[in-house]
Amino acid sequence: MNFTVIMQQLFGGMGASLLIFVLTLLFSMPLGLLVAFGRMSKFKPLQYIIKFFIAILRGTPLMLQLLVVFFGPYYMFGISMPRWYRFGAVIIGFSINYAAYFAEIYRSGIESIPVGQYEAASVLGYNKNQTFFKIIFPQMVKRVLPPVTNEVITLVKDTSLAFVLTYEEMFTVAKQIAAAQTNIMPLFVAGVFYFIFNAVVAFVMERIEKKLSYYR
Amino acid sequence: MKVLEINHCNKSFGDNEVLKDISLSVSEGQVVSIIGPSGSGKSTLLRCATMLETMDGGDLIYLGDYAAKADAEGKAVYSDKETLQGIKKHFGLVFQNFNLFPHYSVMKNITEPPILIGKRNKEEVYAEARELLKKMGLSDKENAYPCELSGGQQQRVSIARALAMKPKILFFDEPTSALDPELTGEILKVIKDLAAEHMTMVIVTHEMSFARDVSNHVIFMDGGVIVEEGDPKELINNPKQERTKAFLSRFQQ
Ligand SMILES: Nc1ncnc2c1ncn2[C@@H]1O[C@H](COP(=O)(O)OP(=O)(O)OP(=O)(O)O)[C@@H](O)[C@H]1O
Ligand SMILES: [Mg+2]
Repeated sequence: MNFTVIMQQLFGGMGASLLIFVLTLLFSMPLGLLVAFGRMSKFKPLQYIIKFFIAILRGTPLMLQLLVVFFGPYYMFGISMPRWYRFGAVIIGFSINYAAYFAEIYRSGIESIPVGQYEAASVLGYNKNQTFFKIIFPQMVKRVLPPVTNEVITLVKDTSLAFVLTYEEMFTVAKQIAAAQTNIMPLFVAGVFYFIFNAVVAFVMERIEKKLSYYR
Repeated sequence: MKVLEINHCNKSFGDNEVLKDISLSVSEGQVVSIIGPSGSGKSTLLRCATMLETMDGGDLIYLGDYAAKADAEGKAVYSDKETLQGIKKHFGLVFQNFNLFPHYSVMKNITEPPILIGKRNKEEVYAEARELLKKMGLSDKENAYPCELSGGQQQRVSIARALAMKPKILFFDEPTSALDPELTGEILKVIKDLAAEHMTMVIVTHEMSFARDVSNHVIFMDGGVIVEEGDPKELINNPKQERTKAFLSRFQQ
């Protein structure tokens, strides 16, 4: 295997990692909001069920959750899943896990908005939806940005956990090549990749934070 | 014409009976001040009137429309959501701590409610908002954000925001209590000007001289009941009830 082939394979791995990252954010961020609503529901049973699931998702390793999502259908119900399910399980596992984290972040953000904001909106005649989407949500976004940034940076590194399902993302590929070639270089390239990826994430999040700093 | 009528209002928080059989009515153009010691239920009364709290018992009536009506046992039964939303258009509330929307500019704070809730024409609302800001002496602040304003300026914006909805009655809950003493004057002047224009207002205040000079009716509350009410000069200069005397003498020291 020559250098170009190695690099090609590594680039393929990078693409796969990026795809996990983007799809996970795309699904987990809105899903987290729904979960947060459930967690804050006035309907107690729903609130407790959601609380229970969040506890499980945050209290057990993501790696184990990925294995359960992937092997669960067959081991528990005898359903054999199609080939694409390797990728599907990665995305489902990551999205659900991250939704649990985002939900708790959103909830704390929403609960930190002073009750006076709701009261002012109520007296002006805003209904529940208008109050949430016009008044509460934009302020929540600003408040949760720092913890969300932390989660997003963790996600960049967590994408490597997809290796337990031998999904060919960056880390899996780098490890395979390194083992086959008895060469440390691929792992080094992987490290540089994650580092640069996170630098970009940090830069983008900082820009967003700046954009929202026009008010306190 | 009665703008607001409250009959036999009762309100408890748990075992704590905060309002006991309160009745009051406000006619068009009337300025009513509510005074009384801390914890006497003044804010709770305003919050019941503005439907931020639900009354346990009694009637709440705006311009003849029932927001809540007492049933045979006296329990307050509220009208359906749609009716209540319609009644909300009749009143505005100015909070002690302003509660402006921090992510909106001054202009948007004032114009969004009439456009979004009042479904009114945008240009018209903007033109009116500029007039209101001029009246409040804030013409140069329309693009500022609340965090860039002093407390007194923020409170004037919040008064403009309430007025932009063209309420028939405006409630104030201690509008100057969160302000530095040197800023209270500018707010009191705005309210005085509104009184001169015959805006119907109910004002909870600790500023006795202001209550005496601006309002045409004063209510003294203590322990969740109206102890004494009447002409401002008469009540503040010559209170009849012992509790009123005690409260006012404590105040004048
Ligand atoms: N949300 C609430 N839950 C429980 N008790 C409450 C609540 N709001 C008010 N109270 C109680 O009701 C009573 C009256 O409070 P309220 O705020 O109406 O008094 P106030 O006359 O406005 O006093 P202040 O002059 O200090 O503003 C107090 O005993 C207060 O503790
Ligand atoms: Mg009060």
